[in-house]
Amino acid sequence: MCDPVIALAGNPNVGKSTIFNGLTGLRQHTGNWAGKTVTNASGSFSYKGQVITLADIPGCYSLFSDAAEEGTAAAFLRSDDCGGVVVVCDASCLERNLILVLQVLELTSNVVVCVNLLDEARRKKIRVDLSLLQELLGVPVVGTEATRGRGLRELKDALLQMQENCSRKWSDRSFLEAAEEVRFSELVGRAEKIAAQTVTCLAGREGADRDLRIDRILTGKVTAFPIMFLLLAGIFWITIVGANYPSTVLNSALFWVQDRLLAAALGAGWPVPLCEFLILGGYRVVAWVISVMLPPMAIFFPLFTILEDLGYLPRIAFNLDRLFQKCRACGKQALTMCMGFGCNAVGVMGCRIIDSPRERLIAILTNAFVPCNGRYPALVAILSMFFAGSFFGIAGGFFSALLLAGLIVLGILMTLLASWLLSRTILRGVPSSFTLELPPYRKPQIGKIILRSVLDRTMFVLGRAAMVAAPAGLLIWVLANIHVEGVSLLAHGAAFLDPFASVLGLDGMILMAFLLGIPANEIVLPILIMAYMAQGNLVGFEDLRFLHQLLVDNGWTWTTAVSFLLFSLMHWPCSTTLLTIRKETGGWKWAAAAFLLPTAMGLLACFLFTSAAGLFV
Amino acid sequence: MNGSVFLNELRRGQAARVLGLSVSGPMRRRLQDMGLTEGTLIFCVQESPLGDPRAFRIRGAVVALRGEDAAKVLVEPYV
Repeated sequence: MCDPVIALAGNPNVGKSTIFNGLTGLRQHTGNWAGKTVTNASGSFSYKGQVITLADIPGCYSLFSDAAEEGTAAAFLRSDDCGGVVVVCDASCLERNLILVLQVLELTSNVVVCVNLLDEARRKKIRVDLSLLQELLGVPVVGTEATRGRGLRELKDALLQMQENCSRKWSDRSFLEAAEEVRFSELVGRAEKIAAQTVTCLAGREGADRDLRIDRILTGKVTAFPIMFLLLAGIFWITIVGANYPSTVLNSALFWVQDRLLAAALGAGWPVPLCEFLILGGYRVVAWVISVMLPPMAIFFPLFTILEDLGYLPRIAFNLDRLFQKCRACGKQALTMCMGFGCNAVGVMGCRIIDSPRERLIAILTNAFVPCNGRYPALVAILSMFFAGSFFGIAGGFFSALLLAGLIVLGILMTLLASWLLSRTILRGVPSSFTLELPPYRKPQIGKIILRSVLDRTMFVLGRAAMVAAPAGLLIWVLANIHVEGVSLLAHGAAFLDPFASVLGLDGMILMAFLLGIPANEIVLPILIMAYMAQGNLVGFEDLRFLHQLLVDNGWTWTTAVSFLLFSLMHWPCSTTLLTIRKETGGWKWAAAAFLLPTAMGLLACFLFTSAAGLFV
Repeated sequence: MNGSVFLNELRRGQAARVLGLSVSGPMRRRLQDMGLTEGTLIFCVQESPLGDPRAFRIRGAVVALRGEDAAKVLVEPYV
């Protein structure tokens, strides 16, 4: 007995993370595309009195590969931490999966082969003879349907057995480095033979044909782009309409609490400035972040996850690849860009799926050109107030959604433009080759997704509200209430930034809000509201109508709104993203570049728009 | 026998058998890892709306390749 970690290895997108979650009860993120998991995760569970530790490692096609995330996988399997390997296979694609199984078997015999996705294979009328497979491979084979939890008990039994065997000496680990191509084709030949003996396809390829028919539409010449746009707009529409009511309810509840808090604090004899500092400063911004920002984020995120689980993301990459190719970037950048819709920091981390360092840097530096989840609510609010005509109702929501989708398209075009620029300047080069797997469409576990991601998002937003919004609120209050020469520090700051901001079509307050919003994009609009209100005597807040009035009172016109939208789309990434970039690229140099690139383009866009508008307005 | 062509010339709906890879280094390895070895059956299933890349079914999985990369795979098409 030793104290080893058992690795979950396998080709990308065979359900390793789902099995890992099923066994350990943890919540690794899963998605239907190759490359979702880019880091090792480990977790333990106890079974029959034994503690078993598992490592969920990124998917790999082979142990010879040198791709970043596949390298992680191979390195882990070869390290001394690894006491045994579960190779997870996709039952519908066993032949290719067996190539990896055979490679792992060259490393160690302490292997369990887990044939997953049996349900999917059954639907495609593919049957795998598991006992024959076990006989041919000479190691235990377990069949699973991980999304339904089937076969996990048998897998646990096999793991227990494996744990006991793990002191067995590993075979010569230097073998792989010396591996020759001849050896490789020999493995492939064996995989073919084993697959031919164990896999029977009862009917034609009906399942695959269904996927093919869907692909004809979703990636068809005429239909692909309209559908992409409509899906995007549809998601926004549901988000906008759905967020309306919860926002209003949360708002009245939280501000009801604010009045009570203030009354109670004053009643308890606390000094007035302290009460105002804590409640009108800290609490109020938190309340805004929660009521204005949380509902849209909690609705958008699960919808996005459903698309991800369906397997649509790789199709987006497939549709857009030609454009990325023209920009000399990697087609997988479309995938990391999509991850950026959720969170730019996650998108940056996801860039590990891009093999070429040059193309990975391009993807990292341009990730912030698509607005993350934290930026939508402000974009939606401004679009609805200034451009959608009506504030509420289905039609107004639909129009806002179309406008927002249009704005996203602009973000994608800017991503391409920035990639093109980088490819011709500081990151010169030609695109390296890549392969993109189009996974079968899978039915998402909608109930689970909604429950999980609404909870996740809520905790995330609440956490950030406490960590970031509250201190920012306190700071704003201080700035608004300390007066020098009869003018508040806030007004001084805004006045200082004003000349510069007005060239961009903004005002000093807006620029200040963006600067103070560096820790988290979702606090930009709440800070701005707070800052404007600190100038006047308004206290109430009913809905967007009020907000619109507040902005108009502070000199906003439709051109201010456009400049705000442009700058929100293109400015520095939040501090979390910048830190992630530093970590992923190993230095501040690229983080600085990632700060400057979108900012420069945003400033330029605002300046050009404002100058052009100035000619007509 | 229809003679040999490169994979990028394979049209949607056409099937072929792989004759060899005319590329070395990481890309060769990567293609082999995807199961593209001599004798493999390959089927062109879809073309991206902008014409490139194309998607191929290889050993049960669907994999998209850019024309530039597919041009390194020599195949013999079936009629």
